[in-house]
Amino acid sequence: MGYLTLILICQLLGEIVARLARLPVPGPVIGMVILFCGLLLRRGIPEGLETSGGYLLRILPMLFVPAGVGIVTHLDVLRRSWAAFGGAVVVGTALTIAVTGLVMQLAVRHRAKTAPADTA
Amino acid sequence: MTGALGPLWTHLSATPLLWLTLTLVAYQGGGWLFRRSGCHPLLNPVLTAVAALVLALKASGTDYRTYFDGARFIHFLLGPATVALAIPLYREIDLIRKAFAPILVSLAAGSLTAIASAVGIARLFGGERIILLSLAPKSVTTPIAMGISEQIGGLPSLTAVSVVLTGIGGAVFGGWLLDRLRVHDESARGMAMGVASHGIGTARALQWSRSAGAFAALAMALNGLLTALLLPVLAGPGAVGETQVSRRAPGPQ
Repeated sequence: MGYLTLILICQLLGEIVARLARLPVPGPVIGMVILFCGLLLRRGIPEGLETSGGYLLRILPMLFVPAGVGIVTHLDVLRRSWAAFGGAVVVGTALTIAVTGLVMQLAVRHRAKTAPADTA
Repeated sequence: MTGALGPLWTHLSATPLLWLTLTLVAYQGGGWLFRRSGCHPLLNPVLTAVAALVLALKASGTDYRTYFDGARFIHFLLGPATVALAIPLYREIDLIRKAFAPILVSLAAGSLTAIASAVGIARLFGGERIILLSLAPKSVTTPIAMGISEQIGGLPSLTAVSVVLTGIGGAVFGGWLLDRLRVHDESARGMAMGVASHGIGTARALQWSRSAGAFAALAMALNGLLTALLLPVLAGPGAVGETQVSRRAPGPQ
């Protein structure tokens, strides 16, 4: 319970920072940064936070369902330009996953090959 | 709806409880189907739940506002859950610190690919300008994407739909695609899911492994920041579809 409060406080602080600094980033993302900095300072994850946070993360996929159902309000636009929409979503997303994944894997391997002294 | 069912329906459909419960039921039913099918990617629980609920709304003639009255309790938890992503991020801090340069390089490549491919493909299929602008930030987490869309002249609600579809799409075929491309490195799989499919991709990556989830959470946050900075500049005069003036849409209705 205490740690759920802590999570909400981080989110609230995030909202305040986002508003005051007029950042284009939503409050929860800044809240994540705040909690992350807190963990860095504390040098560890409290057990209770692991439990409450872990629960939220386990149900995370479900939390997108209400926003997803919002599709019903745009069925007419989707029907009119389904090719543009579907093409961009399916092909565009596949391309993005492929490019990001391949570049990251190449870069990680390249680094491991060229700079083994880094870890020593 | 005849006899006693009529008044009962009128009563139930007016309380937030009905659609809140149905959302939970739809998601758990989707999860059950997913496991029964041996985790077939096309039976992604988010996808099944959304489809089932859309059908239920259509069949019962319920509008989205009534639905959201109940479902907003679930929607609200997105904020705290996003904050909680700091936990896997912190857990993998050493891995992330070691991969700093690769993260920045793949983030830049992925972020630009996401924007260019969304706009380019939609234009290829003859999408109107307002659709291109609404699709441009589709790989970014919903609240950031809607803000960007508004700023560059898209339709924020249409952007929200494209964001969710992009997330579900990535969650459905991302793992399969990465396997085909032989991307087996957990950090690379996480980055790919986070950059392309934001929170829904991150949720999927968390199911693969802790480190894939951590890299996805990081990628999602960084891509949100980068796209918010990049797109308003890119969408300035002449950036989107302006070269062919004749193809421009007559403007938003």
